[in-house]
Amino acid sequence: MTARTAAVQRPSLLRRLMQENSAVRRLDGLMLVAVAGLCVIGTLLVWSCTRTWAPGSTGLVKKHMLNEAIGVVLCAMVATVDHRAMRAYAPLVFFVSLVGLGLVITPLGATINGSHSWILLGGGFAVQPSEFAKVGLLLIIAMLLAQPAEGVDRPRGLDVMLAILAAVVAMGLVMLQPDLGTAMVLAVITAAGLVLGGVRKRVIAGLVATAAVGIFSVFYFQLLEPYQVARFTAFVDPSVDPRGVGYNATQSLIAIGSGQVFGKGLLGGGQTTGRFVPEQHTDFIFTVAGEEFGFLGSAAVVVLLGVVLVRGLRIARKCEDRFGTLVAGMIVCWFGFQTFVNVGMTIGIMPITGLPLPFVSYGGTATFANLIAIGLLQAIKVRGQSFL
Amino acid sequence: MIRMRTRLLVLHVLVLTLLVVLVGRLYQVQVVHGQEFVTRATETRTRTVIVPAVRGQILDSSGRPLVRNRTALVVSVDRALLFRTPDGGLKVLTKLSQVLGRPVQELQRKITPCGPKVPKPCWTGSPYQPVPLDEKVDTREALQILERQEEFPGVTAEIHSVRQYPGGRAGAQMLGYLQPVTEEELEKREGLKAAFSGVDLAGRDGLEYVYDDALRGKAGLRRVQVDRMGKALGVEDQVTPVPGDHLVTSIDSRIQAVTERALARAMKSAPQADGGAAVVLDARSGRVVALASQPNYDPEIWGGGISARGYQRLMSEKSGKPLVSRAINGQFAPGSTFKISSVTSMLRAGYPLNGTYDCSGSYNVGGRAFNNFRGIGLGPMNLHTALVKSCDTIFYRAAYEQYLKDGGRYPKKTPKEIFANTARAFGFGRPTGVDLPGESGGRIPDRAWKKSLWNQTNAVTCERSRKGYPEVKDRARADFLKRLALENCTEGFLLRPGDSANFSIGQGDVLVTPMQLARAYMALVSDGKVRSPRIGWAQVRPDGKVVRTIPVPVVGKLPLSEKERHYIKNALSQVAQDGTAAGAFSGFPMDKVRVGGKTGTAEVWGKQDTSWFASFAPTKNPQYVVVVMVSQGGMGAQTAAPAAREIYEGIYGIKRAPAVPGGRLTTKLPVFRPDGTVAPR
Repeated sequence: MTARTAAVQRPSLLRRLMQENSAVRRLDGLMLVAVAGLCVIGTLLVWSCTRTWAPGSTGLVKKHMLNEAIGVVLCAMVATVDHRAMRAYAPLVFFVSLVGLGLVITPLGATINGSHSWILLGGGFAVQPSEFAKVGLLLIIAMLLAQPAEGVDRPRGLDVMLAILAAVVAMGLVMLQPDLGTAMVLAVITAAGLVLGGVRKRVIAGLVATAAVGIFSVFYFQLLEPYQVARFTAFVDPSVDPRGVGYNATQSLIAIGSGQVFGKGLLGGGQTTGRFVPEQHTDFIFTVAGEEFGFLGSAAVVVLLGVVLVRGLRIARKCEDRFGTLVAGMIVCWFGFQTFVNVGMTIGIMPITGLPLPFVSYGGTATFANLIAIGLLQAIKVRGQSFL
Repeated sequence: MIRMRTRLLVLHVLVLTLLVVLVGRLYQVQVVHGQEFVTRATETRTRTVIVPAVRGQILDSSGRPLVRNRTALVVSVDRALLFRTPDGGLKVLTKLSQVLGRPVQELQRKITPCGPKVPKPCWTGSPYQPVPLDEKVDTREALQILERQEEFPGVTAEIHSVRQYPGGRAGAQMLGYLQPVTEEELEKREGLKAAFSGVDLAGRDGLEYVYDDALRGKAGLRRVQVDRMGKALGVEDQVTPVPGDHLVTSIDSRIQAVTERALARAMKSAPQADGGAAVVLDARSGRVVALASQPNYDPEIWGGGISARGYQRLMSEKSGKPLVSRAINGQFAPGSTFKISSVTSMLRAGYPLNGTYDCSGSYNVGGRAFNNFRGIGLGPMNLHTALVKSCDTIFYRAAYEQYLKDGGRYPKKTPKEIFANTARAFGFGRPTGVDLPGESGGRIPDRAWKKSLWNQTNAVTCERSRKGYPEVKDRARADFLKRLALENCTEGFLLRPGDSANFSIGQGDVLVTPMQLARAYMALVSDGKVRSPRIGWAQVRPDGKVVRTIPVPVVGKLPLSEKERHYIKNALSQVAQDGTAAGAFSGFPMDKVRVGGKTGTAEVWGKQDTSWFASFAPTKNPQYVVVVMVSQGGMGAQTAAPAAREIYEGIYGIKRAPAVPGGRLTTKLPVFRPDGTVAPR
């Protein structure tokens, strides 16, 4: 069938896409623009801070762009799926991500950059199942809590228990790696699900108390790795050991602060070129933005992330089914938490935690997971509300 | 769904709040405090390294180097970077010790900063400056380090300049040495005060110390951009160092070598000799031509950080304290060489120049017989013969008579003290002011000195006079000491008759340095003016421009008329031919070069005599004044005079080629080409 005959028989693809109430017209364009902007900035920053690894190289930028391309494809694929249909797949997705997390702690798992959270795929590729676990967990929790009992506006007790169980299992597996940062993200996702899902305040209060006792006993029985404790100590007072644990905090502050209002220009950051801040392409990528783009640039990054979050909240609010609202709300909390913790730690208002900055940090699996989440939001946006 | 909406609204507010917090904090960090972080960033990103200036050379009168610079590959360690490696640098040091072939412990000690509990070898410099570990690295070792930088973080091999002494041990004390500058010394310097590094060296003794400002130049600075591991990424800016000026001295390196050889041989010839000095002055300019002191040492020992053992050896009594220059710090009774002052005292006291004096075998001074040398009387003679034959009794008599005139034991209110004051006019009793640090002044034992000595010692001597010397085994000696203590206790503040007699022949309490004696003879045989000798002649920029010529200041005048001066000089001119030094100079071609001088044999209680010879040549319009002193060397004619003869033989080329053409010293500064090399004459 030629294009011409197709055009005769049906409106052109373009026209169909541009039709009022078409799926494309209903996409959240502003969010997509913000995400695209963040991806572009991330690409530039990854280039800036990894090109110095070897003379004349472009660093990780090509690989990063490939990751982003794959992520965009995944995003588009997810966006085309009706999110309500996903409820059916949620247990499967969750199960697969649990298997992934399980594989990490088997001999198949690999340690990269000090964290044992990888599965090597060969050919230089590796995945971090804990990133997918975020998606898996929020889907299963949303599925469980979105089916309220007859006539009540609250999830059933059993479902709440199951949701918490799912979260505990996932978090436990993540902690075995150990990856405190991701475990905290999972906790935040779970909490968001429970709160938004309409669980009673007293149940939430009870859970908060339990969590507090849990955190206390973690410290009290010294279940954390010494370096994790040290990070918190150094957060309280970075001058404790400026060459050791306080080093990261101090150096990232110096890098960001020295950017001043307008920054030193792309590739112009002396602190970045000198590689004074560790993990600068992943967890500390925001320091590159701060140094090279200054306050204007780094605040712009925060604003773009804010646009994603606010638009995500809008999607959650406007969605007419509980599942969509819950998924969108949890995604917003996930991104919001990671944004706040990541940016906060580089500017000295949060402890150093190994969490990447969504859409900006280098990292294949995280990019995939983030863009899949955007795809989910878009799917919810497209189908979550009735038009006219 | 309604509850859900409410909670979503709360979440909305929360998200916006957190975003505002982030942007607010960013504003605070980047806009409000941005400038502070820019400063801190510069501090972390750049490292300021002191680039030491190339130190000027010390040259002899013909431009030959006495001290020059040799480039050496120096391996240095940056402690800050070393300690950033996981095990505090132990692995790197171990690997380095294999390359350098030195024990790890030694390297560790060398990079530890000095402190109250940290003995040498340790690092005296700034903890932020790379510590030089080895200055004798060959290219192969340096390449091993430079090519595998990743295995040696914080270790570099760089070309530095190190002092080198072409003359070996010659004039070691005079040239001095360098040591890393201390923080206090740097405080006193001008410029670059904030930049204490420890690489900067400071002259610690000798010419290196006196002319430190001229030789040092100005250190430069280099601000290097570094990465996290301290790897230099590029030079951000730099202040080029200004090389130091050269010091041209009046030392003639060939005469210096001759002098060193002669002194060393003299030391060997006297079995108990424990120290010696030789001073060669240019009588026409007042400058120093050669200055030797024994025992000496190899100044290269200071390069590359002296070891604790090496330092102790230099300071110890056993090695004879080779750091101490006997030429300016050795204080000894001058013996008969002092008679030039005594004969002048006689003239000033009114004894006639052409008078006849009885050189009796002994002379009674205050009830005690003072004997002529070996107690032999030589009969009546004039002052000329008294000097040539070195008669003692003539001077005893004159000194005693003047002593009595001043009131004897209990002096008048204003005693003239002609002998002491004349000695002062010859420059004895105070430092000559030669351009060397820490010079001794000698001693003129006049009435005031006796008093001050008694003030210091009477407590001890008076107690001894009561308790005696029970610890001395020999009864007779203990008794003698007790009587002596009593005498010193009761009348030690008085100048006794014997003191005056001893003084007149340079014995007893009078002390002079070889440099003092040399400049006194120089004044006598040149123009009667007392000068402050100089070793430094000119300060010359590396491009050859003469910055300044160092003058030889006149500091006094001998109390002698020209006639009297020539009379004494003529008398001394005969000593080497027919006088006390005739034996030492037998066979010396006096027709070619006539040498004048005076021997001295000073008694030291409990030790061998100090051997002196003070001389000049040629006797007509003298060019050289040569003074040789050998402590515990025996008689002047026996040890010091032959050494002086050897020096003259070397200068004038009696046995081999002369050290200087025609025995004449150059009067012109060496000429430097613009590239800093010395143009041939």
